[in-house]
Amino acid sequence: MAKVVAVTGNEAVANALRQVNPDVSSAYPITPATDIMQRFTSFVSNGKVKTEMILVESEHSAMSGCIGASAAGGRVMTATSSQGLALMWEELFIASGTRLPIVMALVNRALSAPLNIHGDHSDGMGARDCGWIQLWSENAQEAYDNTIQAFRIAEHMDVRLPVMVCMDGFIISHSIERMEYLEDEAIKNFVGEFQQTNPLLDLEHPVSYGPLILPDYYMEYRKAHAEVMAQAPKVVLDIAKDFEKISGRKYGLFESYRLDDAEIGIVILNSAAGTTKDAIDLFREKGIKAGLLKPRLYRPFPYEEVGDALKHLKAVCVLDRADAFGGSYGPLFIDIASSLYPYKDKPVLINKIYGLGGRDYLPGHAELVLNELAEILRTGKVKTFKEYIGVRE
Amino acid sequence: MKLKKWKELTPGAVCTKAGSALEFKTGSWRAFRPRWIEENCIQCLFCWAYCPDMAVKVKDGKMEGFYYDYCKGCGICALECPGKKGKKAIVMEEEGK
Amino acid sequence: MATPLTLKELSKKEGLLTSGHRMCAGCGAPIIVKMVLMASDYPIVAANATGCLEVSTCISDYTAWKIPWIHNAFENAAATISGVETMYRSLKKQGKIDKEIKFIAFGGDGGTYDIGFQSLSGAMERGHDMLYVCYDNGAYMNTGIQRSSATPFGADTTTCPAGSVIPGKTQQRKNLTKIMAAHDIPYAAQASPSHWMDLVKKVKKALDIKGPKFMNILSPCNRGWRSRTDDAIMLSRLGVETCYWPLYEIEDGATKVTFKPKEKKPLVDFLKPQGRFKHLFAPENENMLKQFQAAVDKEWASLLKASGTE
Repeated sequence: MAKVVAVTGNEAVANALRQVNPDVSSAYPITPATDIMQRFTSFVSNGKVKTEMILVESEHSAMSGCIGASAAGGRVMTATSSQGLALMWEELFIASGTRLPIVMALVNRALSAPLNIHGDHSDGMGARDCGWIQLWSENAQEAYDNTIQAFRIAEHMDVRLPVMVCMDGFIISHSIERMEYLEDEAIKNFVGEFQQTNPLLDLEHPVSYGPLILPDYYMEYRKAHAEVMAQAPKVVLDIAKDFEKISGRKYGLFESYRLDDAEIGIVILNSAAGTTKDAIDLFREKGIKAGLLKPRLYRPFPYEEVGDALKHLKAVCVLDRADAFGGSYGPLFIDIASSLYPYKDKPVLINKIYGLGGRDYLPGHAELVLNELAEILRTGKVKTFKEYIGVRE
Repeated sequence: MKLKKWKELTPGAVCTKAGSALEFKTGSWRAFRPRWIEENCIQCLFCWAYCPDMAVKVKDGKMEGFYYDYCKGCGICALECPGKKGKKAIVMEEEGK
Repeated sequence: MATPLTLKELSKKEGLLTSGHRMCAGCGAPIIVKMVLMASDYPIVAANATGCLEVSTCISDYTAWKIPWIHNAFENAAATISGVETMYRSLKKQGKIDKEIKFIAFGGDGGTYDIGFQSLSGAMERGHDMLYVCYDNGAYMNTGIQRSSATPFGADTTTCPAGSVIPGKTQQRKNLTKIMAAHDIPYAAQASPSHWMDLVKKVKKALDIKGPKFMNILSPCNRGWRSRTDDAIMLSRLGVETCYWPLYEIEDGATKVTFKPKEKKPLVDFLKPQGRFKHLFAPENENMLKQFQAAVDKEWASLLKASGTE
């Protein structure tokens, strides 16, 4: 019996983690992810989970502890944001390179400097090449659902990679929304028993983790990692099918909203997609064929599928909640452009940077973008290929 | 030794063969080699205890010689050897002589 | 069943660090690891900070370790073993493991005194049941002999070279053993491979204690110390006999000197065979030798006092 509640994103994720009931968690607080671990540790202190906590002294140690625990042979999770993710940067690569199925909730927050504790995607985008699987979530329900599925994806024998589940800091993590919890038993059965691979605690088969690899082999290891990443989308879809059986909710590699016959479209991640969908509906009522694509599996990026879904549109605006400095386009834009590259006939692509450091993204902004796209459709002319919106000029 | 292809590698570069370093013979590093002089040996086993390369052969608690496949010729064993009546039980000699 | 403490009996145990590792000829570190592992009657799982020991014992498919072992990064051997130890406790609580396993983290002075300090302090403070063994060779040797906070006063390293204006390292060594003891851990000790029985006894004692333990072990490096390939044990012995590297333990806050040299040798006996101190013997650096000796004497006197063995 699903339980309908009004909770924050953090509370939803904390409960997902409670239901998964990992063996160890090694974590350090940082706004706005702190609440996940605060709620989780109250589960620990009250015997609601079997998880042993390591309250480490920094995020770098948080991921180090996760790596040690995961290599030892058990289910491990943690949560962080922004500077915390940045501090554990080298460990992210080590976790994925060592093929450890760690799950991490990433509550998206802007990177310093300037110091900002509010939501944007610079943290997750900064870590997009670290070899982790990345799932992005629009709201508390998706964050909850993705967190649960993340364990199955990470631990799948064709994958064995760490997974980070993203949700917008404050906007989702701290706002109360309606969502549904699944039953404890259903989640327990869904994730099942953890299967060990080369556990350190197996004394009969001593293993050595973390050798020095020289130029004669490093590239082969990277190739192997790339090949495994390529298996992930299929696994993500398989797990989504299993999840649908227990939840009734469908998940894919991305969400297509009124995209099939769309002429103009927006590509956008996380919570702002929700706001944009309302604007899409408004424009549809006016007879304008607008649509939206919201990536869910961001790494590995499903280039073929996304390209296929967007190729028929005439004009697309990719909205990035993070910038890639250096005069280039935003990170999501670069991936969308790559997905459309193989096609001779493809939509005009423009890029807008929005919502940095928790700057509000309002329906008005979405309408502005859709109007501009409609204009491009009409005239074939692009005003500018990349600009910041919602900023005081 | 033939190099493995990417498909043949262990996931995450985990070494699953404990002690496989034994396949790497460091004896070729030597410029000097230790020679055991049995009559001067008091079987103190200091050579075994102090060898950085586990290259001293000890069977049933008795020193029997060296694993020349691994001995790097550092000479610690010879220096530390107490010997008998001032005569060392281990001396270092130039390799290849 | 505890192995009797004779080299003869210890030699019958299976060696858990094999030959074929690529440490330099005459390196102190593998001697220390061998002694630490042979001292244990418990199964061990180890973590290792990046450095000479780690990089030379596990390359590609070749591993010299016959125990489960993990290398993560440079500064987090303590945090990594914390994770392993915690997973052990979790699985044990769940009835999935019943063996008694002990956890050891190995780190050089680089990965322990400096970059690894934070994670070491955190692990000790959290009270994990683990032993941290620092093999202290007094510099970042693996990357080419750079200065660490463990580098002795006046030493020549590649980042504090003895030049015409600055004569080597200008700071005294950080007293990490005492800093660790100040964490109120049940056991902190210093040992030397030259005094193998003292070292082995300390490891045994440490492993029998539940909680965080720390051991600092002098590890001669003939490359960085500019000494001979055969003098690692001789130099570590001189380190002890000159009281540069006193052998003591602090158990539950009580200090005990475990080895008092019959005759305290002058510090220069330890310094002279090492090329990294050569410049200290120039007449203009006489004052530095005096300072160094004074610091050693002060620490020794304080240990004797704390130990009640004046």
